[in-house]
Amino acid sequence: MKGVRHYPGFLAMTLACLLVLYAPLAVVAVYSFNGSTSITQWGGFSLRWYGDVFTGPEAGRFGQAAWNSLTIALIASTTAAAIATAAALAMIRGGAFHGRQASFALINLPLMVPEIVIAVSTLIFFSTVGLTTGYLTILLAHITFCIPFAYLPIAARLEGIEGTYEQAARDLYATRAQAFRLILLPLMMPGVVSGWLLAFIISLDDFIITNFVKGAGMETLPTAIFGSVKQGIKPNIMAISTLMLGVSVLFVTAAYLVNRKGQKIP
Amino acid sequence: MTAAVEIRRAVKRYGSVTALHRVDLSIADNEFFTLLGPSGCGKTTLLRMIAGFEDVTEGEIRLFGDDIARLEPNHRPVNTVFQHYALFPHMSVIDNVAFGLKMKGVDAATRRDRAGRMLEMVHLSAFADRSPAQLSGGQQQRVALARALAPDPKVLLLDEPLSALDLKLRQAMRVELKQLQEDTGITFIFVTHDQEEALTMSDRIAVMSEGRVQQVGTARDIYEAPVNRFVADFIGETNLLEVEVEAVAGGVATVALPGGHRLTCPSATSATGRHHLSIRPERLTLSQDADLTATVERVVYLGTDLQVIARLDGGTPFTLRLQNAARVAAPEPGARVGLHLEEGAARLLAD
Amino acid sequence: MAGPGPSRGPADAAYAGLVRPLLLPTWVVIGILMVVPVALMAVYSFLTKEFRGGVEWDFTLAAYDQFFVTRGLFGDEPAQIEWTYITIFARSIWQAALATGLCLLIGFPTAWFIATRPARTRGVWLFLITIPYWVNLLIRTVSLKFLIRETGPLNESLMAIGLIDSPLPLVNTNLAVQLGLFYSYLPFMVLPIYAAVERYNFALSEAAADLYASRWATLREIVLPVVRPGIVAGMILVFVPSLGAFLAPDLLGGAKTFMIGSLIDEQFKGSQGNWPFGAAVSMILMSMVMVVLLAYARAQGRAGR
Ligand SMILES: Nc1ncnc2c1ncn2[C@@H]1O[C@H](COP(=O)(O)OP(=O)(O)OP(=O)(O)O)[C@@H](O)[C@H]1O
Ligand SMILES: [Mg+2]
Repeated sequence: MKGVRHYPGFLAMTLACLLVLYAPLAVVAVYSFNGSTSITQWGGFSLRWYGDVFTGPEAGRFGQAAWNSLTIALIASTTAAAIATAAALAMIRGGAFHGRQASFALINLPLMVPEIVIAVSTLIFFSTVGLTTGYLTILLAHITFCIPFAYLPIAARLEGIEGTYEQAARDLYATRAQAFRLILLPLMMPGVVSGWLLAFIISLDDFIITNFVKGAGMETLPTAIFGSVKQGIKPNIMAISTLMLGVSVLFVTAAYLVNRKGQKIP
Repeated sequence: MTAAVEIRRAVKRYGSVTALHRVDLSIADNEFFTLLGPSGCGKTTLLRMIAGFEDVTEGEIRLFGDDIARLEPNHRPVNTVFQHYALFPHMSVIDNVAFGLKMKGVDAATRRDRAGRMLEMVHLSAFADRSPAQLSGGQQQRVALARALAPDPKVLLLDEPLSALDLKLRQAMRVELKQLQEDTGITFIFVTHDQEEALTMSDRIAVMSEGRVQQVGTARDIYEAPVNRFVADFIGETNLLEVEVEAVAGGVATVALPGGHRLTCPSATSATGRHHLSIRPERLTLSQDADLTATVERVVYLGTDLQVIARLDGGTPFTLRLQNAARVAAPEPGARVGLHLEEGAARLLAD
Repeated sequence: MAGPGPSRGPADAAYAGLVRPLLLPTWVVIGILMVVPVALMAVYSFLTKEFRGGVEWDFTLAAYDQFFVTRGLFGDEPAQIEWTYITIFARSIWQAALATGLCLLIGFPTAWFIATRPARTRGVWLFLITIPYWVNLLIRTVSLKFLIRETGPLNESLMAIGLIDSPLPLVNTNLAVQLGLFYSYLPFMVLPIYAAVERYNFALSEAAADLYASRWATLREIVLPVVRPGIVAGMILVFVPSLGAFLAPDLLGGAKTFMIGSLIDEQFKGSQGNWPFGAAVSMILMSMVMVVLLAYARAQGRAGR
């Protein structure tokens, strides 16, 4: 008797699913260590393409793109996390207020409008107000679509924190500000951190919107990579991809661990 | 002497819902005072109004003479033990206990010292550096107590603090709480819907129902001398009989029982006419010299007692409890029995 | 999409007085950088195309006319329905639907399997499923292309073990695009179904089994209807982004698999661009998505009552 939870073949499906998800990444990661110039032939293990990323002919271009990606992601995710934290406080600790439903819809709007439509409308907006596309326009667009991603974990966390903790603090002579700083903020922190991390990855990940609002000459890592692969997949692209993959996995693991550690609210 | 807490004509409305109707209460210093009542009667609301988490719609709340109804919670020298304790999960036990002192600006050495003594008082010194999540329910409860007592409040508020504990622990904590109250001399206002808890610990009890205080008195008062049907019925078990009052004078009424017998008993009303009579089931004996006659329908064995479910001659259901002594033969179903009311068994109610 | 949830009692209204200042940044940022642009895009779809890529402020229906109507190569024939763009939309819907089906077929068993693991290992399984999602979409798509291309590792190894004689031409096919979409959005299917199965009361399955239902009959008669909200949510979460996807069709597909995303993209590239037409296509895409989302929200509202 296997019990009602068991269905034959579901394990196999899950494993197949994982295989499909991981095989391409694994293959690229392995080939990034290929010593050969050809992407089809295995020329033994080598780090030459990683060296090429940092010193090769395209190093300058990718270096600048990486710097842009990183700084944009940093500023956008931090700003978005701050805006989302304030919004979550209002939405979850603000009681019933006029416009709550509308505010909720607004926060989630960037998730509902198709990415390509956001890209088009943002480009049209910048062009109409006469803002030259470049670093600033990318940054503004990223802040906007990062807000709902930062909001989700922050709001979820805040919802799990009962109001009695702040009340207990107030009962024990804390002012409103002290109750926020000493009790609510530390309790919210895991949510804020994972919201920030997710926003960071989302910003780092974005291609479509960035591609529309970046302007000529300005590149982030995804747009630079896209430009390269249009001429065919080269080994140095695989090395860059593997590096970015590593960064993403690192960040998601961090977000996961922070969240799990923070789950313990008795 | 000024009362520790004086509530005058306090009203609480949530929109169109009235949670409290003109409540008046006076709680003396050094008293163990209990708010008792069924779910939804407004106990928590009243307590939260004293703590300052809920605005007072109308009326005043005085603490040793000062009106505190408009003060922020952090400006009221009262502390609360929360129902699920609300221990700060990101702080150690000792930091939790010291929190109130820290907010009051007490220096680090003094508060560590005092928090340590509070933990000693609740027998948890060994757990000072643990996090609250690593404590059992009973231990968390005692930390919550220590935390609320550490700033030496003028009044301690407790909202069903024992409800999350199992039976054995709950009984032990009752004794401990009562002891703590006597040792510290702090006024306790305790909320519960468990009457046994209320009867065993309290100096005085306020019985509440539907946003109104029905009766205030000692455990003996409210059990022996309930003023109305709600209190008589809510506290313990009782039989309610509708009777004709023939005369009342000086708190003593003469009533006609169904079946014709006359009875004089203490009265909560001074009006004649039809009223309810409360008769406690354990204050009856089987007797030839009967005030009432009934037919036994069922006998339920309860260990220390026998519960006899009967029907009076007029058709009213009636319950009595007999001590399960070897000498007493249990009546058989179908038997007709005579019931004798002991001294103080009956009381005439106001409604 | 589920709504903000009810606000709880006054115990949790500690910030009621600060609602306005706390929400102000959100309103300003999303209002100016999202609501205004979308409104502006709607206006642009009624403007006149300028030849170097740009617009003139003359209102016209030309963009929508171009989408739906043809008057022959030289514009002198009677008006007829223009099928070119409708075909692209239909193809996109079809591709997105197939990708959604594929995700459901694989995603449901996966979600079920994970939700029935012991609590300790569940988190790890879930984590494994979500990691690839956080890897850059472009990199994932490029990796997939690398794997399945004619001389790529997949074909090489299949040939090496003798399963096939000549490489399978996978790239530039519909299958490749569906695989790409599947790969892009699978976690969106797994997560909501997982959440629904986790809440599922397995005593219902036991009751069904007790009443002589087989395993698969139980799945069909009891489980699927009960967890349906999760399945529908997953389908929408996969379908909507698939419809407007750009990377998977652009990198894995060819001319025959041209989808809406690429059509829009083309209108904003270089001097052949046509901004009003691109805005109009975007408007049509967005309206379709909004119809799907509104229908879903309404169905959910009804079910909630
Ligand atoms: N925020 C609120 N809005 C509207 N009505 C409320 C609110 N809070 C409490 N009430 C109502 O006020 C009444 C008293 O509630 P209160 O919580 O004080 O009851 P209680 O006696 O503590 O009950 P319990 O024993 O279940 O805790 C109830 O009828 C409740 O529905
Ligand atoms: Mg209560």
